[in-house]
Amino acid sequence: MFKATPLTRRKAYAERAAQAVFLAMTLTMVVPLVVIVAYLFVQAWPILSLDFLLTVPTHGMRAGGIWSPLLGTLYLVALSLVVATPIGVLAAVFLNEYARESWVTRVINLAVVNLAGVPSIVHALFGLGAFVLFAHMGKSILAASLTLAIMTLPVIIASTKEALSSVPMAFREACWNVGATRWQTIWHVVLPNSISGILTGVILQVSRAAGETAPIMFTGAVFYKAIPEGTLFAYGLFDQCMALSMHLFTISTQVPDLPKALPYGAAVVLLGVVLIVNALAIVLRIHLRSRKKW
Amino acid sequence: MQTRRRWEILVEAAIESLIRLCGVSAILFVFGIFFFVFREGAGFLFSGFNAREFFTSPEWYPTSQSHVRYGVLALIAGTASVTALAMAIAVPFGVGAAIFVSEFCGPRWKEALKITIELLAAIPSVVWGFIGLTVMNPLIMWGFGVPIGLTVLNGGVVLALMSVPIIVSIGEDAIRAVPDSYREAALALGVTRWQLVYRVLLPAAKNGLLAAVLLGVGRAAGETMAVLMATGHAVKIPTSVMDSVRTLTATIAAELGEAPVHSEHYQVLFIIGILLFSITFVVNLTADLVVRGIKRR
Repeated sequence: MFKATPLTRRKAYAERAAQAVFLAMTLTMVVPLVVIVAYLFVQAWPILSLDFLLTVPTHGMRAGGIWSPLLGTLYLVALSLVVATPIGVLAAVFLNEYARESWVTRVINLAVVNLAGVPSIVHALFGLGAFVLFAHMGKSILAASLTLAIMTLPVIIASTKEALSSVPMAFREACWNVGATRWQTIWHVVLPNSISGILTGVILQVSRAAGETAPIMFTGAVFYKAIPEGTLFAYGLFDQCMALSMHLFTISTQVPDLPKALPYGAAVVLLGVVLIVNALAIVLRIHLRSRKKW
Repeated sequence: MQTRRRWEILVEAAIESLIRLCGVSAILFVFGIFFFVFREGAGFLFSGFNAREFFTSPEWYPTSQSHVRYGVLALIAGTASVTALAMAIAVPFGVGAAIFVSEFCGPRWKEALKITIELLAAIPSVVWGFIGLTVMNPLIMWGFGVPIGLTVLNGGVVLALMSVPIIVSIGEDAIRAVPDSYREAALALGVTRWQLVYRVLLPAAKNGLLAAVLLGVGRAAGETMAVLMATGHAVKIPTSVMDSVRTLTATIAAELGEAPVHSEHYQVLFIIGILLFSITFVVNLTADLVVRGIKRR
C-alpha cells in the first residue's frame, strides 16, 4: 500500500540533491577558513614561543618579539572597555527599563544602528578631529582608547538590551509589589540576572577592539616605540603606543627583508587572541544559559 | 513604615539623570562624528568647491607640484567594483548557507556550524588583509598567470569571506522568523524541503534577506584595512577584475598620515570621510526600514 511511486522516488532524489548543494555552499565558505588558518599557523610555527611574546622588537622590527605591541593592545582594550561598558549598560537600561516606546526611543535605536555601521576609518577621522585635535589630547593612548570606546559602544548597548529584556517581567513586578523603587529593582534584581548576556557582549567587543587597526592608526598607535621589557607599566596615559593590529600591518607592508615567519607569527598571535577571547564568550554563554533558573 | 532618607531620594534622582544622559549618548555620538569630521574638512567645501569636477573626474592628484586635482570617480569606482564582486560571491553562498543551517541541518551540526560562522566573523580585518597579501596574492598569480595578485579579485574574495557571516546570521534569523503555519501548510500539501524553501520560505523571508544583503554591502563598502592591503595602489577605474584599484576607505588610510594637518589635501580626505559616512548611513537606514517592515507584519 505504501510502495514508493516514481513521483515519490523523484521527490526524494530532488530533496537529497538540494541538501547536497546547500551543504556544498556552506562548506565552500567554511573549509577555506580552516585551511587558511592552518596555513598561517604552519608558517608561523618556527617563530612561536614564549620568548616571542615577551621580548620587544629589535633591529628595525626584523627580529625579536612582539611584547610592546601586545602590551599596547592590552592597555587600549582595557581602557576602552572601562569607558564603553558603563555608558553602554546604562544606555541599554534607559532604553529597556525607563523609556516608553515613543519617537525618542525610535531615534535612539536608529542612532545605535547607524553608529554600529560607521566605517572604521570614519571612526579614525572622528577620533583625530575630536580627541587628538579638539580636546588637545594629542596622539595618545587616551585618544585611541576613547575612539575604540565609541566604536564598541553600539554593540554593547544592543547586547545589554537583549539581556535585560530576557529577564521576565514578573521579577520586576514582584520587586515593585514590595515597594522597591525602579533603580533598586534594576540594581538588585534585573542587572544580576542579566549579567551573563552583558558579559558575553562585552567580551565579544574585547576581541573586536583588539583587532581594529584604522581607529588607532591616527589617534595613538605608532610604528615603533621603545619600552622596557618585563614590566606591565611601561606606557603612560598620554604616551603613544604600539599595538598588535598596527604592528601586523606595518611589518607586512612597510618593512622589507623580514624573516619569513615573523609576520605570520604576529598574525597568528593576533588571531589567537581574538579567537580565544571569542571562544571564552561562547563557552560563558553556553555555561550560563544552562544555569538559568527560569 | 520607614520613609526613605532624603539623600537616598536625591541619589536615586541623580542616577536616573545619568541613565537618561547615557540613553541619549548614542544620538550625541552620531551627531558628534558627523560634526567633527565635517569640521576638519569644511575648509575645502567653502573655498571654490566644484562638485561636478569632484564627483565625476577620475583624476586624483592631491600631491602634484604643478596641478592639484581632486577627482574621486576612480576611488568610487574602486569601492563599487570590489563591493559588487564581493556581494556577487557572498550573497548566493551566504543565503545558501543560511538555508542550509536553518532547514537542512541536523541539530548536532547546527550549533557547531553557527559557532564556526561566528568565529569567521571575529577575524580582524587586518588579518584578512594579511591573508589577501600572503595567501591570495600568490594564489592568483599562480592560478591566472598575472604579474600582480593585488587586484579587484583579491579584494573581492576577501571581502566576500568577511561579509558572509553577517548575511548568514541575519538571513538565518529571517528564515526562522517565517511563521510555522506556512511550513505546516506546505508540508500538509506534500512538498519536498527544496520546494518548501524555494516556493514558500524565500518569498516570505525576502525582506529579511534583503536587509541581510544591505548590511553586508554596508560592511563591505566601509571596510578599510583588508582592501588597503589586498587591492593594490592604482588609482584608476578598473576595466577587469585583474586590475588594481584603490577604494575610498583605503585612500584615506593611506594618505592621511602624510597630509599636513589642515592642508587642503587633509581637508579633502575628511570630506571623503563624510561621503563614506553618508553612504553607510543611507544603507543602514534602508536596511533598518526594511527590517521594521517585517516586524510590523
